[in-house]
Amino acid sequence: MPIAYSEIVMEHFKHPRNVGEIEDHDGKAIEGSPACGDMVAVYLKVDPESHRIADIKFESYGCASNIATGSIITEMAKGKTIEEAREISWKQASEALGGLPPIKTHCSVLAVDGLRAAIQNYEERHGLIKEWVPTTIEVVRKRLKRVMNPLTGLDVIRTKLVSENDIELQDGIVRVVVDLPSNHQFATNIREEIVEKIEPLWDVDKVEVEFTE
Amino acid sequence: MSQDVIYLDNSAATRLDERVLEAMRPYLFDTYAVATSQFGYTPGIEARDALDAARATIAGKLGATLEELVFTSGSTESSNMALKGVALALAEKKGRHIITTRIEDFPVLYSARALEKQGFRVTYLEVDEHGLVDLDKLRDAIISETILVSIQAANQEIGTLQDLAAIGQVCRDSGVLFHTDATHSFPRVPLDVREVPVDLVTVTAHLIHGPKGVGGLYVRKGTPLIKWMDGGFQEANRRAGTENISSAVGYAKAVELVTQEETERLREMRDRLIKRLLHIPHSRLNGHPTLRLPHNANVSFRFVEGESILLHLDMLGFAVSTGSACFSRSLEASHVMMGIGGNHERAHGSVRFTFGRFNKAGDVDAVADAIAEVIEKLRAISPLGKE
Repeated sequence: MPIAYSEIVMEHFKHPRNVGEIEDHDGKAIEGSPACGDMVAVYLKVDPESHRIADIKFESYGCASNIATGSIITEMAKGKTIEEAREISWKQASEALGGLPPIKTHCSVLAVDGLRAAIQNYEERHGLIKEWVPTTIEVVRKRLKRVMNPLTGLDVIRTKLVSENDIELQDGIVRVVVDLPSNHQFATNIREEIVEKIEPLWDVDKVEVEFTE
Repeated sequence: MSQDVIYLDNSAATRLDERVLEAMRPYLFDTYAVATSQFGYTPGIEARDALDAARATIAGKLGATLEELVFTSGSTESSNMALKGVALALAEKKGRHIITTRIEDFPVLYSARALEKQGFRVTYLEVDEHGLVDLDKLRDAIISETILVSIQAANQEIGTLQDLAAIGQVCRDSGVLFHTDATHSFPRVPLDVREVPVDLVTVTAHLIHGPKGVGGLYVRKGTPLIKWMDGGFQEANRRAGTENISSAVGYAKAVELVTQEETERLREMRDRLIKRLLHIPHSRLNGHPTLRLPHNANVSFRFVEGESILLHLDMLGFAVSTGSACFSRSLEASHVMMGIGGNHERAHGSVRFTFGRFNKAGDVDAVADAIAEVIEKLRAISPLGKE
């Protein structure tokens, strides 16, 4: 069938695995919002001794790549320790799905973020966070590596849309300059994603995104 | 396309009618000569006559004279020609201000944006929740430098029909030219330029079972318009390029084949589909309840996403369209859905169904059943809308 999605993506889209809610979950996260587009919820049941993921479920309000990625990462994460599961990358998920169209990266990264956020939620609730690390430029850069330019499917750091000097940090305000015109096709998109990724940092109050022209 | 696909995207493209193809055939294989002047060779004169006859049919349907219809390559070219042609003609003489709406289709919207880059100022009128233009807002927007108002006849996504007569009167009273994009309405929704004060009208063949790549621009006699497709002196020196005679003939045939009776049949299918879709919980009609294209139904379903709906329907053998950002090439939610005061969420779950000549009465229940099943399936995996 002449469809942009691989057969594996379509298979997971048609028959998503591990769908639903875990009522007595140990960790939970919702990434994205109905206002900005796709949304994914991830629920974890974790064995308290081994920290292995005993059960994992997800729900999706999104497109086929969002649903398929949610399905595959829950399959990949089940049975792993939280440390191992946290290391599951978008790239691995995408490869397991037989590849995703670059323009769909955003929707699928959301599901991977959902898993990591659910693990973090579990750790926070169970006193496993060692210390509150203050946000640095490096922390911001690391988060921006998850913001994709939908045209290329590559992140804004790797494609040098945001270089080191383009990030400023002062009194809880993060300022990011993106090397794109403000009327670029994906400017709004990229702005929303940057805010989405940086704002949840515990010591960040405000995120300002600017464009070079 | 496989015979068993139920095609409900007739506002994107339509299946060619065999009778149109039969009408075109002689001008592809027999009278294929270029249209010549009356002093040319016989095949060329025959070609010229065929072109004139096609022009007469389409112009006649618009209530226009022969000289007032220019054949183009389709509605994108027609709207470019209208906006850019008037802008270039009047920039020095009158001003550089253009008024349009936020919900126009891309040819008008992006012609306006291109003109903005050339130093023109454009006002994009807001519309109400049904997509209708407010006449007072239009009056307020017109200034002495305004050279053109471009407001669509019918919306491409939500099907809302504007009151062209009233809008045209406002423009006429203010001495401003009025262009309308009637791509989605003509001739199913009649438009007679002797009754409606409109100066330029974009029309096209491919949405009424005619060939792709042919359309027209009605230009009221005396309307200033700079020629911007340069080359030969075709179309009374208003648009260069060898005349596409077979397609023009096909277009005229397609116009003739649109009947009131057929339009009523499409309207009945539309109404029954809307009724059935609104029985699905958390669904909502987009566009005006009565002032809408006879063949357009557009409904938003909450808690689910349009591309997922579309893919599931595709697997079940239905072709529809959605305003979801996930489906668009720019990842932007439909500007029409945002323009009618919707939010991303409403655009996200919006589905457009457009009927055509080859739809059968049974298609309505088939797609209504399928969509109910798909929505239920997707809501079962959605984190939203749970009790």
